This record gives sequence, C-alpha cells and structure tokens, in this order.
Amino acid sequence: MKASYLLEIATRRLTPLLLLFSLWALLRGHNAPGGGFIGGLMAASAFGFYSISFGPTATRAYLRVDPFMLIGTGVATSLFSGLLAWFFGKPFLTGLWTKLDWAGGLKLGTPLLFDVGVYLTVIGVTVSLLLHLEED
Amino acid sequence: MNPMLILPIVIPLITALALVLSGWNGRKAAWLALIGALAHFAVNISLLLGVVNGGIQATYLGDWSAPYGITLVADNLAAALVAVTGLMGTTVCLFGIRDNLDESCGRGFFPLFHLLLMGVTGAFLAGDIFNLYVWFEVMLIASFILLAKGGSRIELIASVKYVTMNLVSSAIFLAGIGLLYAKTGTLNMADLALKLNENPDARLVLSSGAFFLTAFGIKAAVFPVYFWLPASYHAPPTAVAAIFSGLLTKVGVYALMRTFTLIFTQDQEFVTDLLLVVAGLTMVMGVLGAVSQNDIRRILSFHIISQIGYMIMGLALMSPLAIAGAVFYLIHHIIVKTNLFLIGGIIAYHGNGSYELKRLGGLFRHQAWLAVLFLIPAMSLAGFPPLSGFFSKFVLIKAGIEAQSWWIVAVALMVSVLTLVSMSKIWNEAFWKPRAEEKGDGATPVGFWMPACILASVTLGIGLNPGPLFEFSQETAAQLLNSERYIRAVLGEVVP
Repeated sequence: MKASYLLEIATRRLTPLLLLFSLWALLRGHNAPGGGFIGGLMAASAFGFYSISFGPTATRAYLRVDPFMLIGTGVATSLFSGLLAWFFGKPFLTGLWTKLDWAGGLKLGTPLLFDVGVYLTVIGVTVSLLLHLEED
Repeated sequence: MNPMLILPIVIPLITALALVLSGWNGRKAAWLALIGALAHFAVNISLLLGVVNGGIQATYLGDWSAPYGITLVADNLAAALVAVTGLMGTTVCLFGIRDNLDESCGRGFFPLFHLLLMGVTGAFLAGDIFNLYVWFEVMLIASFILLAKGGSRIELIASVKYVTMNLVSSAIFLAGIGLLYAKTGTLNMADLALKLNENPDARLVLSSGAFFLTAFGIKAAVFPVYFWLPASYHAPPTAVAAIFSGLLTKVGVYALMRTFTLIFTQDQEFVTDLLLVVAGLTMVMGVLGAVSQNDIRRILSFHIISQIGYMIMGLALMSPLAIAGAVFYLIHHIIVKTNLFLIGGIIAYHGNGSYELKRLGGLFRHQAWLAVLFLIPAMSLAGFPPLSGFFSKFVLIKAGIEAQSWWIVAVALMVSVLTLVSMSKIWNEAFWKPRAEEKGDGATPVGFWMPACILASVTLGIGLNPGPLFEFSQETAAQLLNSERYIRAVLGEVVP
C-alpha cells in the first residue's frame, strides 16, 4: 500500500519538529505544564505519523532501538533516579538538586531524570502497541 | 529511614528489568529469575524478623511524611504475608524452570512473574488506600498478560472473563476511594482511621464500606461474585495457575481484613452479620462446585473459593481468637493451595498432560512417592490432624462456638467433610484405580518434586509444631483489633 505523496512530504518535515517539541515539553515540565508523560506521547505520535506514511518496518529502522528495550531502559532510568537518594542517606525517591553556576544558575535534579525515564517508557509502550497493531 | 520496606518491592522490579534488558531467555533467564526470587525471599524474611522484634515499621517515600506522601507500612500481618509471598515466588520459579515456561509460553514469562510478585508485595505493604489500588492494577496487568500469553483459545476465553470481572472490581474500588476522599480529604489509611474515629459518620462508613466490600469481594472470589475464578484458573500453565491460586485472591482477603479492622470499625454489626452469611455461602457453594467437577485443576479452583469462606468467617466473627484463626488459615492456605496446584501439574505430567480424572490412574503403583507428596497438602486442606489445616480449622470453629454462631460452625464442619470427599475423589481416580492407558512411568524430574517437597515440609512443620505460628497469629490479631498501634507507627506523635 502506497500512502499519499503529500503525507510523505509532510511527515518528513513534521517528524523532527514533533520530536523537538516533545523534548521541549519534557524539559519545561517541572515548573510549567508538560513533563515526561505528555512529551512521550508527542514523540510517540511522531513515530505514529512515520509508520502511517512509510510502514512499520521503516519505522523500526528509523527508531533504531527495539521499543521493548526502550521500555526497559525507561523504567530502569526512573528506578535509578529513585535509588540515587539512597547513596545520600535519604529515603527512596527523595528529590536531589544541584545548581550549575556555569550555566546561569540552572537547577538540575533527580525528578528530571525520573521524567526522562517516564518519557522513554511512554514512547516504548505506545510505539510498540502501534507497530504491533500495524504488523498483524 | 528504613530501606527494608522498599527492598521487597524494588528487588522484583530490578530482577524483571535485568531480565528484559539482558535479552536472555531459556536457561540463563531462568537462573537469573531464580536468583532474584531467592533475594526477594531473603529480604522478606529479614523484614518479617524486623517487624517481629521491633514492632510495626513505616517508611515515607520521597521524604514526604504521612499523611501527605506515600507511606509503606509493615505490621505483623503484612510482613508475614510478604514473607510467604517470597517463599511462593521461589518455589514456583523453581517449578517454572523445569517446566520451561519461558519457551513454551513465549519470551517474557519470568519478567512478568517478577512484576506480579512486585504487585502482590506492594499491595501488602501499601499504607495508603490509593496506593493499594495502584498495586492492584500492577497485579492485574501482570496476571492478565501471564494468563493470555499462551494464546490458545481456552486461555483467551479465560483471560477475557478474568480481566472483565477484575476491571469491574477496580472501578468499584476507585468509586469507594473517591467517596472517602471527598468526605475526609485523606487517603492514608492510618489518617482515615483517625479522622473517622474523631468524627464518626455512619452513612459515609456504610456507603464507602459497601463499595470496598464489593470490590474486595470480587478480588477474593466470595459468594456471589466468585464465578470468574473457576472460569479462568484452569487455563494457564501449572506454574502460573499455582502462583495465582496462592496469592491473588488472598490479596483481596488481606484488603478486606485491613480495611474492616482499621477504617470501617463503626456500626460493625450489620457488616459482620453480612460477612458471616457471605462466608457460609462461599464455603458451601465452593465445595459443592468442587464435588461436581472431574478435572483436577477445576476441583482445586473451586476449593480456593470454599477456603476463602473460612477466612471470611474468621473476619466476620471479629473476636481475637477468630482473627488469629483467619491469619493462621491465610498463611496455611497459601502454602497448601500452591503446592496442590504444583502437584496437580506433576500428576498431569505423568498422565500425558491430562488433568481429566477419567484419563488418569494407577499413579500409586508407579509413583508411590508422589502419592505421599499429594496426601500431605490434600489431607491438610481437608483438616486432618496433625497437619496445618486441622489447627486452623480448629481455631476458627472454637471461635465460632465461643461466639455461639452455631449454624456457621455446622456449615464449616460439613464443608470440611465435603472437602475430604473431593480430595479422596482425586486420590481414588488418579492414584488408586488401574490406569486406562499404559504411559508415563518415568521418574519425576527434580525440578518438579523439589518445590513440592519444600512446601509439603513447611506444611508438615506447621502441623507438627503449630505453637509458634499460632502465637504469632494471636499477636497479629491483637495488633489488628487495636488499631492505635498501627496509627501511631504511621503518624508518629500526632496521635493524641
């Protein structure tokens, strides 16, 4: 089945934009609307577009990693961000923060790492569902 | 803070992740899964020892103190059930290795198995009613995939029934949580108990209690909402059915015990009267169902229901002795039931994979040791002295006599006799009668008899020396009936 030419062109332009936008949503999530879950859904919709236009096999190649592995990596990242607090003698999942002076006082913390884990997990789950539905 | 409360939840997750990320399957995955299960068991035992020696323990995730943050609490009941979960995880994992489940039911059996253990452990340790709901969902998702994974027609039919009924239960549970939260503004169980004690609100307690009773009743498979259980437990592979039968319904019973001793403690007469009737009917319907079946796994599934009735009976009588009996019964039942499902699997292994009693036979002549192995949990289930089932039933019936609820005592005794009838039916058909077809005289593989032997020796151990477990159950009952200690452990010095 050949999808429409318009769709293909549009997808080629839109996919990188959507992915960039999803990263932006992920990063602004701590203090403003956004975050790992919604960012992950946006990124997954980019891959969804791609697979409608070019088919699931091309999407797997475009994604480069197995979505199943993405789920595992995502959960592991979130778990690690929670366990990190133990090394500093705090209870599981306690948020730890550092201030980066060379980057204009940017605050980085384990909640962001946790959100990155959520982001990866959501992409993995959604994309593997979409691809399985298309492949069967 | 106390990492001992988090490790029982984190270790199965780490094991599952290691299994997924390593991409291993077959032998290597199985050994990794077994190591994870052993680590889980070891941590759970040390948690139990910590609770027995140091009293109720609580920890607050993310350093947000109760009642605002997520709380994990281990009292005697939770810690004991977590420890038994570890034992079940280890033995069933051992059985799963020999059964080669990772290959026969597709990649991912062991990661899902560990996620299921995580869900069950989390449900026991949750100190927050919404968190309990989340762990129920984790358990439901993991068990649903395990059930449907084989992909055969019978498994898919079973999993549709299973998941539909459990989703209904989750929705009802959530409605009950919403009701409580809207009225009291808290989800922490200790805080809820405190608030409801200070401002008794009979209408709120009755209405949300009804939601909880229905939701947990479905999970625990009590009359009249038990029908999903025998419709689904006969389908999956032995190891999956064994872990389901041991743990899943018991989480429902645990949740009933927790909420109705801690939160819904006012105007209890109506609820306990209702529970007592439900308990009696559950016992009778379950055992009648079992007597009418001719497939080992279906017989055992119906027996889960009738045994749940005994635990509910203990809860309904609500005296220290009755609760102690229910706790004793809970622990004894998990071990015996899982073991019976495992032995059912071994019987089928010698009977060309068939669980039909008609097609089995002659196992006593060819597999005498298997017959002995079967007799221990079977007689324990029926309540023969000196096995663990005798003492648990004895305590419950004594509590019934003390409460002068003669009819429930009569029902419990009659159901016991009928349990014996259906156990001797399996004995007669599978072991005693001459076999129809000549096949399956080979030795039982070590990976099959070893887990069954471990569980049977635990049953024997409890039966020959019931004192320590009974004292522990009495202590647990005292803890459950006097919720002040629980509240103080969670909320600290806030308590007046």
